[in-house]
Amino acid sequence: MESKTARLIINIYLAIFLLYLFAPLFVMIAAAFNDSKFPTVMPWRGFTLRWFSDLWADDRIWGIGDEDGRLGAVANSVLVGLAVVVIAVPIGTLAGLLLDSLRGRVRSALYACMVAPLLVPGIIIGISTLIFWTRLGISPGLHLSTIGQCSFICSYVMLMVVARLQRLDRSLEEAALDLGASHAQALRLIVLPYLRPSLLTAAVLAFFQSFENFNTTLFTRGGANTVTIFIASHIRTGVTPEINALGLVLISLTVIAAIVYTVRRGATAAIS
Amino acid sequence: MKQLVDRYGLTLTGAMLLATFVWLVGMVILPYLVMVDFSFRPNLLPADVGSERDHYTFDNYETLFRNEIHFVVFLRTLWGSALATFLCLCVAYPVAYFLAMMATPAQAATFLLLLVIPFWINEILRTFAWFIILAYNGPLNGVLRLLGVIASPVRWLSGSWGVIAGMVYAYTVFMVFPVYNAVLTLDRNQVEAARDLGAPLWRIHWRVVIPHAKPGITVGCILVFTAAAGSYIVPSILAAPGTRWFTEIIYQWFYEGQNWPQGSAYAFLLLLLCLVFVFGMMRIFRVGLSDIAR
Repeated sequence: MESKTARLIINIYLAIFLLYLFAPLFVMIAAAFNDSKFPTVMPWRGFTLRWFSDLWADDRIWGIGDEDGRLGAVANSVLVGLAVVVIAVPIGTLAGLLLDSLRGRVRSALYACMVAPLLVPGIIIGISTLIFWTRLGISPGLHLSTIGQCSFICSYVMLMVVARLQRLDRSLEEAALDLGASHAQALRLIVLPYLRPSLLTAAVLAFFQSFENFNTTLFTRGGANTVTIFIASHIRTGVTPEINALGLVLISLTVIAAIVYTVRRGATAAIS
Repeated sequence: MKQLVDRYGLTLTGAMLLATFVWLVGMVILPYLVMVDFSFRPNLLPADVGSERDHYTFDNYETLFRNEIHFVVFLRTLWGSALATFLCLCVAYPVAYFLAMMATPAQAATFLLLLVIPFWINEILRTFAWFIILAYNGPLNGVLRLLGVIASPVRWLSGSWGVIAGMVYAYTVFMVFPVYNAVLTLDRNQVEAARDLGAPLWRIHWRVVIPHAKPGITVGCILVFTAAAGSYIVPSILAAPGTRWFTEIIYQWFYEGQNWPQGSAYAFLLLLLCLVFVFGMMRIFRVGLSDIAR
């Protein structure tokens, strides 16, 4: 349907776009194998795996408690991520169930409040959380980061729950109640099993959102390191290709997760 | 309300209301209110809190207009975020159009998966990649010199251009998905009709595709602008020392100046900037909140 030249132009554009998208990532990965103190690919000083052994031996990343009980960045990030899942998935689900049963003005107003945190810059979420809790006498630390992250990750969970509930056949619930099921049974046997795929995806997404978070954590963390904070502070003060090695590990995990997520979503879309 | 109790019973309804209350009031509304309240107070020692010196004042807001450097940084953040948003739209639009209107389903699926990957990779790592590329002795200067385009290396990371480049790279994917979703709902026949009637390519886009994709474009612009204006990591890695971003000034007030009320005032100003942009876009392009969160 398009003319040949238009096709050609768009194909060239797409090729450049893909190069633009991926070349920087490959440069960063390649730099992890370059035997140069500063992360770069030119000049190439020879292939090495020493940045990976440095990374592997780095207790600031992998530590599981030194003499003061301080955890490494990965342990901190994982703990915060799990805490966020435990808090945000139930809250987001309950809020989604609530929103789904409301109509009209109340629903629109509540909906606006629930999605608003997604439009607020992360550093402002961090700052407001920090000030609110320190005024209540609670000092900064990763517990505040968890709360701050939950305030907007709940919104993601809520959106996914609401999207799935819209396709739930209400007559199933009504039938269960008519046949004498209690409200708790109807929820447990009808609604929650129906929501299961969305809740699983929401939990994974919540964990990733938390693990990736930088802006909110920056202001609330107290002195603790998470993976993102560790990377950022290292880039600013004396960066070595160890960060590239860590980047490669994270990118590999992300790629696997992204593929699994997309394939799963394709699969659930096909059956529902 | 009665409907709700009929559907879920008292206990569950109570749990839902409680969870929603804890979230929206305890984690969102109260913290914001406390931050705004704090921003109108002077910076006091703990002993002076509640004394007669503890009164409301506009001082913290006036600082921005008294301090020329901070004001310039504020304008730079506004201008830079707007520019990054516009550039993201320019880069993303052809890709979104191709995916929605020209690609076969298999091509589109593969391409979308390829797009999801950088979308999921941490912003810090994506910015770090550009830090390597744009370094004085980095690959960009190396390649350009090999090709003979430049004679001596260029300092890419001076001024704000590194920040703009990093932001366009980091946030383009935020633009592709909403625009793609919007173009997807356009009836191909409309494009064909316009073509049959002799409309040139630019007019087909200007009069048919872009008006139809308006909600998606608005959403993309909102996502990119708020991400850019609120970004701390991109400017802190890619900006030259003399060209700071407003978020960096806020951070300084908190952790170097130890002046939290002042920092809160600046944070609230940043929030206002984003809200003005969000609601301005929504009004101009007549888009509702429900279109945004998808």
